[in-house]
Amino acid sequence: MLQVEQLWFSYPHGKPIFQGFDWKVKRGETWSILGSSGCGKTTLLYLLAGLRQPTSGRVLIDGQLLIRPRPQTGLILQDYGLLPWATVRHNASLGLMVRDFYGSDGTHAPVRKEHVLGTDYWLERLGINSLTDKYPSQISGGQRQRVAIARTLAVQPDVLLMDEPFSSLDAATREDLQSLVSGLCVEHGITMIIVTHSIEEAALLGQNILLLNDPPNNAPSIFSNTQAGEPEYESSSAYQDICQRLREKMGVQ
Amino acid sequence: MKKGSVGLAALGLLVVWQIMAMLLNLHILPTTVKVLGVLFSEMGKDLPEHLLASLWRVTASMLLSVALAAPAGILIGQSDRLNRIFSPIIYLLYPIPKVVFVPIIFLFLGIGDIAKIVLIFLILFFQIIVLVRDQAAAIQPQLILSLRSLGAGRRALYRFVYLPASLPAILTALRQSVGTAVAVLYIAELFATQKGLGYYIYFNGSTLLNYPAMYAGVIMMSLLGLGLYFSVDWLEKWLCPWLYAK
Repeated sequence: MLQVEQLWFSYPHGKPIFQGFDWKVKRGETWSILGSSGCGKTTLLYLLAGLRQPTSGRVLIDGQLLIRPRPQTGLILQDYGLLPWATVRHNASLGLMVRDFYGSDGTHAPVRKEHVLGTDYWLERLGINSLTDKYPSQISGGQRQRVAIARTLAVQPDVLLMDEPFSSLDAATREDLQSLVSGLCVEHGITMIIVTHSIEEAALLGQNILLLNDPPNNAPSIFSNTQAGEPEYESSSAYQDICQRLREKMGVQ
Repeated sequence: MKKGSVGLAALGLLVVWQIMAMLLNLHILPTTVKVLGVLFSEMGKDLPEHLLASLWRVTASMLLSVALAAPAGILIGQSDRLNRIFSPIIYLLYPIPKVVFVPIIFLFLGIGDIAKIVLIFLILFFQIIVLVRDQAAAIQPQLILSLRSLGAGRRALYRFVYLPASLPAILTALRQSVGTAVAVLYIAELFATQKGLGYYIYFNGSTLLNYPAMYAGVIMMSLLGLGLYFSVDWLEKWLCPWLYAK
């Protein structure tokens, strides 16, 4: 579904982050992109989101060259990206409002107007339907991230990209949202790619783990983690084993 | 600010004025009671006409400056290139006291309402453009990325991000400028007009030597400024409810 071919990328006046990098993601897979700060994991996510363009090489989604953000790709950021002046309902409806604003033009919104489940469904599904008239400043970090998730899922994405979405949340909220999001992705057949610096989170959520090293990255370092997402996986020896392998590979004690 | 405490402060000031006037017993400082009496009787004569002329000039200037400065500020603030081009010009023009342009404006635009409106507009325009530009430039990049990832292009970004994000800055600029706008209105109405509170105050104070009426005009001009200030406050509560959410 998603192909990165001979990707070269560097920021202006910076050293290359990707040099001839190839990578493939199949539909419905769940991937974690893991790496230390500055390794290029967020850059890769923005390239997949169409928010940045490769210096050379190309990113394809469903065989289509990605030259701008794609209406069917959802993106969730660490600091939620909610509009402070909009209520929870307004924020959660934002993607659909943007689509209505442009109409089905194929660039900003899908050409075919698909049946969507609607904001109310997602607000209820994410347990925030009692907060619809609150502003982001009036709710907790976990609730804000739930609004961001509702907003993204409301546009019915087929790819969900997440940039450290749970890193600023407390442990209980983080675990709660991790299982909620991965469950929803499986339920709706969404291809999920999550960027994280946490080895444990990468192992818990990604059935495949892409480990990025210090730039430049030229060949992907991939770990298979097929049992991720299964019940009680966190207490299994397979989980301990993959975490240990990742630690060794990253040079972490 | 609670309306009750503002009312109490106004009452306190009027009482102090009354006591001072009684103690000094000067022709040029009539008592509060006398001035208020004149104010009420003048309201039945031509004072409302002067008030309306002033209100029209200052309101038109405010609307014109918001209509032009807010979009300009948003455009400059969200584009590094435009900011590089226009910021030095704004930097140069902003600190110039615009009142010094009075003769030039009257020379070019004549002595009608347009010249007076343009003079006040010039002051408000720079206040608003600077605040809105800074606000638009300070919008978190994550907010823009989130919206772009939802399919938003430039037009949707203006509609859903830049415009609502700039509203508090526009209203703050207006609130900060109300005092200056009314002060400049007074100066503008000293020239070539027979309508307006500025003219009314000057004419009663300098030509008719009717000091109670002059003070009545001063009170009315203060009420005009206060009314505008409260209106901006009310607009902010109405347009920016998230600022008051607790």
